[in-house]
Amino acid sequence: MEKIIAKLGLGSCGIAAGAGEVWTELEKIVHDEKYLVKLEKTACIGMCFEEPVLELSGPGKPTVMLGTVSPGDVKSILDGYLSNTLEYNNIILHEHKEAVHNDLIGNQQRIVLRNCGVIDPESLDDYEAAGGYQALRKALTLKPMDIIDEVKASGLRGRGGAGFSTGMKWQFAFNARSDKKYIVCNADEGDPGAFMDRSTLEGDPHAIIEGMIIGAYAMGADEGYLYVRAEYPMAIKHLRKAIADAEAKGYLGQNILGKGFNCELHIKEGAGAFVCGEETALMQSIEGKRGMPTIRPPFPAESGLWGKPTNINNVETWANIPWIITHGADAFRKFGTEKSPGTKVFALAGKIKNSGLIEVPMGMTLHDVIYKVGGGIKDGKKFKGVQLGGPSGGCVPASLLDTTVDYDSINKTGAIMGSGGMVVMDEDSCMVDIARFFLNFTQNESCGKCTFCRIGTRRMLEILTRITEGKGVMEDIEKLEQLAVKIIKGSLCGLGQTAPNPVLTTLRYFRDEYIAHIEEKRCPAHSCTALLKYEVVPDKCVGCTACARKCPVQCISGAVKQVHEIDQSKCIKCGACYTACKFNAITKV
Amino acid sequence: MQNSRQELDAILTRFKGRHGALIPLLQEVQQLEGYLKKDTLKYVSEQMGVSAAEIFGVATFYSMFRLKPQGKYVIRVCKGTACHVSGANTILNAIRENLKLEGDEDTTEDTLFTVMEVACLGCCSLAPVIMIGDQTYGKLTPEAIPGVLGKFAK
Repeated sequence: MEKIIAKLGLGSCGIAAGAGEVWTELEKIVHDEKYLVKLEKTACIGMCFEEPVLELSGPGKPTVMLGTVSPGDVKSILDGYLSNTLEYNNIILHEHKEAVHNDLIGNQQRIVLRNCGVIDPESLDDYEAAGGYQALRKALTLKPMDIIDEVKASGLRGRGGAGFSTGMKWQFAFNARSDKKYIVCNADEGDPGAFMDRSTLEGDPHAIIEGMIIGAYAMGADEGYLYVRAEYPMAIKHLRKAIADAEAKGYLGQNILGKGFNCELHIKEGAGAFVCGEETALMQSIEGKRGMPTIRPPFPAESGLWGKPTNINNVETWANIPWIITHGADAFRKFGTEKSPGTKVFALAGKIKNSGLIEVPMGMTLHDVIYKVGGGIKDGKKFKGVQLGGPSGGCVPASLLDTTVDYDSINKTGAIMGSGGMVVMDEDSCMVDIARFFLNFTQNESCGKCTFCRIGTRRMLEILTRITEGKGVMEDIEKLEQLAVKIIKGSLCGLGQTAPNPVLTTLRYFRDEYIAHIEEKRCPAHSCTALLKYEVVPDKCVGCTACARKCPVQCISGAVKQVHEIDQSKCIKCGACYTACKFNAITKV
Repeated sequence: MQNSRQELDAILTRFKGRHGALIPLLQEVQQLEGYLKKDTLKYVSEQMGVSAAEIFGVATFYSMFRLKPQGKYVIRVCKGTACHVSGANTILNAIRENLKLEGDEDTTEDTLFTVMEVACLGCCSLAPVIMIGDQTYGKLTPEAIPGVLGKFAK
């Protein structure tokens, strides 16, 4: 009898949600009780909010995916599935039946994430069985210039954020004359709220490596680096194994596939500096120096690592390459828009129901991404804005939800596509505080080379902090706008040039919130602590004393079954009473 | 001490002559000694022929390098966007309060814990998140902190 397959998602998110314990339990049951079950590991399935996620399939049985599985559920799930009587309270996908998330998957198009959550990322056999390294075999029969032409024809644009034509970038590196050229994969995903690259690195490392080998062949490079954040230990582990396996199988190293082409790849672990995501800073860091950006030109294509021509692409860009070579530029152009072909991976997070990793065709509206794929806003709250592009991006308001997801349309809103972080904000998120949050981040991460970036962001942060504390004046808004323009003009690299974006977009779309903070000393979202007051609603208070017992500074008075009162002079605004009250009798004003 | 010096020399020997080696070298040295000691950095400078200023420059640029001793367990508190909007500050305050850290202290008196704020751990759907060693804890509330920390206390 053929075995059924139980596949468990063991990416970082899965493990953080307890998938490790579920795996141990699965192994134990299957081994001890001799179940006819084959256990398989995979990485990120994309539905992080449902982790741990278990997929079951078998001959003559429907494929089903179960969410929020705990070790205690394992035995009854296996028994139920084997005897065709599976009952489980969270079936998230079902091949033949309506399930919670059939829509979520139906609206996606997976090119980059084609193997993520499907194959075992640590198995080269799995990758090959899914068509892996066929693109490399094909590429090595082509002339380098033909490959570059194909990439150009696909219209692929750099997925790291700026959206420059990948084919053109390859052409520049190809044209450069040198005895030595390098390729680099930028996997220094530093944007807070973004985990696209981590999931791809963990879930399908060979796709990135295959893309890089093809790129190296096309551009005439024979050595490459993957610069990975040290905060991603599993990504590094999977990449190390993938490189070793690819070398053993003759896909990497000397005389690749007998075609006389050599290429070696190294992993460089980052050491914690956001600015190293900028390409010139990244190269400084690979060289072992402080990661400070340098002036361009010369561009890396002429003079990069150790002064040699270098091509840098982001993880997602590289992962697109094997698909394009296998299926052709025309097939790629069937997805997306004229100027932004293909798909884009987004990390959905924040106040959204289906937080996780998604891949949609370019040209989908933000509304569809958030409501159709993302399932809408959590806890029945109201949508306020969506933050795109991390600290370099901006907040797009509800009125612009019809904006389509492509480089040019998003740029028009003042935000940027960025690498794909999408953090959804609801009515409880204060937009001034969000701007302050990002400025605090860029201010911390500024390398200090350019004066405007170093000191200007600091001044902006001070002003924003003042406003969130209710100490702002109306002239502050003008000062913020002036500083923003100067920082953009006076900074060498992308970090400084885009640092004011979160402030500029919130000023553009949520100006009334700034004014409420300054003139009325009020935070409309009830989020800024200094402008917040907790009060008891006398009509609702039943005098249960729950709040008074929780208050850490004993500032709530009132006898049992009597209306309670908060002493505002002692209140530290910790919100403990607000959480403790079961009768909604404490309100934020 | 003798052993440690031998291990240090072994690291230095492996990296000698390799270009771009300073960062991974310092990462391994830190792994060995827990943090970057002043004397060790001087020794590295002499042995590798790299000026002390350059080494110090690199060590202070990257957030991962530490010039002070750190606790047995490093608690990384995620301050990413998703965690921020889900209350990362209240989690940080609860941890600091639980560990009785005051002012700009980041390591407990018994050197069991060091608290660090990090930009993003990339587990946004589990926000707010902290990492202790290699273990990630998600969907935290301030009330859950004593229980989580309790698992690591002696």
